[in-house]
Amino acid sequence: MTEERISLTKSDRLAVAWRSTFLQGSWNYERMQNLGFAYAMIPAIKRLYKSKEDRAAALTRHLEFFNTHPYLASPILGVTLALEEERANGAAIDDTAVQGVKIGMMGPLAGIGDPVFWFTVRPILGALGASLAIAGNIMGPIIFFVVWNILRWGFLWYTQEFGYKAGSEITKDLSGGLLKDITKGASILGMFILAVLVERWVNVKFVLELPAKKLAEGAYINFPKGDVSGAKLQEILGQQAGGLSLTKEVPNTLQANLDSLVPGLMGLLLTFLCMYLLKKKVSPIILIVGLFVVGVVLHVLHIM
Amino acid sequence: MSIISIILVIIVAFLAGIEGILDEFQLHQPLIACTLIGLVTGHLIPCVILGGTLQMMALGWANIGAAVAPDVALASIASAIILVKGGNFDAGHIALAYGAAIPLAVAGLFLTMIVRTISVGLVHGADAAAKRGEIKPLERIHITALGLQGLRIAIPAILLILIPASSVQSALNSVPHWLSDGMTIGGGMVVAVGYALVINMMATREVWPFFALGFALAAVSQLTLIALGAIGVAIALIYINLSKMGGGSNGGGSNGGGSGDPVGDVLNAY
Repeated sequence: MTEERISLTKSDRLAVAWRSTFLQGSWNYERMQNLGFAYAMIPAIKRLYKSKEDRAAALTRHLEFFNTHPYLASPILGVTLALEEERANGAAIDDTAVQGVKIGMMGPLAGIGDPVFWFTVRPILGALGASLAIAGNIMGPIIFFVVWNILRWGFLWYTQEFGYKAGSEITKDLSGGLLKDITKGASILGMFILAVLVERWVNVKFVLELPAKKLAEGAYINFPKGDVSGAKLQEILGQQAGGLSLTKEVPNTLQANLDSLVPGLMGLLLTFLCMYLLKKKVSPIILIVGLFVVGVVLHVLHIM
Repeated sequence: MSIISIILVIIVAFLAGIEGILDEFQLHQPLIACTLIGLVTGHLIPCVILGGTLQMMALGWANIGAAVAPDVALASIASAIILVKGGNFDAGHIALAYGAAIPLAVAGLFLTMIVRTISVGLVHGADAAAKRGEIKPLERIHITALGLQGLRIAIPAILLILIPASSVQSALNSVPHWLSDGMTIGGGMVVAVGYALVINMMATREVWPFFALGFALAAVSQLTLIALGAIGVAIALIYINLSKMGGGSNGGGSNGGGSGDPVGDVLNAY
């Protein structure tokens, strides 16, 4: 047994990581990301297996059903690379073992990926970029694109290497405390930021006028009748600087009253209403169209 | 639009279509896609504003498992083309452009489904190639399926460009102000739907207090999103560490794991 050990080079692993960018390219309703996974594995298969039969077996093995979060396929790819390398060097790793590791990891990892990437990182970066963009600032899209892709590529490469080095140990490692901490931390941060976004970005503004408020004596400036001397003018200006109202009545709006409770309250209530309706299986599309209709109707009625 | 702009618009649309399925570079997100359309047509800033507005609406849209969200790629590309062809870039017209994005996002859903169904057949071809141990045809099939996803956006973009600008303009100009202003107001509320979807998915009894914290702190307008993000990370880390400490101190030697109330456990330990 003096046969030389075949191992994957760093450039093989980089090629796999790059191809994992195209994981979902042939996403289909039958086996989902299966061809994408096989496509990503090709540089490794080329290195490890030289005969046509071995290559056919490897390609077929990786055309089985696969579906996870596109970024969290990377640690799975890493582990699979380690397994394939062992197998090519003669270890007794059969098809079911490889498939078992892939299936075992894809579910829980997708469960981390969705809250972390789609519901925490992207909304935060997106809202940051969008808030700049709405003001016409080109830095909005640039920051979003650059930061996202640095994070993404760093994550893909690091987790694939992590999976490759940890080999099949990764499943034991992640099913314990780390997995739980990441998931819980992400959902705490996610809920916190969601509340922030609801407060800041759900705009429900009423323009409805309420009867004007009469101010108490002393809360407004008593303008003298007739001519105003220099000293009197100085006094009036002083009173105005002191915060006294110029008129006996101040206009009062529904919005001002609501804002004095807590800003963003109506946006929060609207969000809760949407959550309730979604739970009642109302389609989001109907809700979106409905809110546009409500916006137009309330605007025509001069309420909003 | 000049010929060069049209070609570039189609390329951008194609890339956005590809990204709509890959979800990697995020070229299909309105923030990027609308900006790129603006860049190649020479109307950068209005398209950046449109992209930012649409992005707010699409923050919570994500493809989960086999489910597809409304198609942001088609929504962003088509609404940007409509805005540019309309030739009028005030707030009302931007509102109309993203109002048009909603039905397009829904229409896009069906296009995605069609391509995902066609891909089933293509992948069967890949099975045959794999059995023969041939790598090249397998790669070609993968790229073909990806290309179809690109065409899914590029073809509607071409159709939109072919409609003469004057008819797009007169259609947009015939929209009265009460409607476009009302749509702007509706647009401010529509974002609630996206957040509601996400909150429904994430909310548990344990994490609701963090929602309350976030809402109360967001009212402090001096705090930027980045500052609030830092507070959120800190709270999450503190909570996770605290729940471990609580478990350890109460469990003692038996490794029992606490009462499930971390703050109570810490207080008990004093």
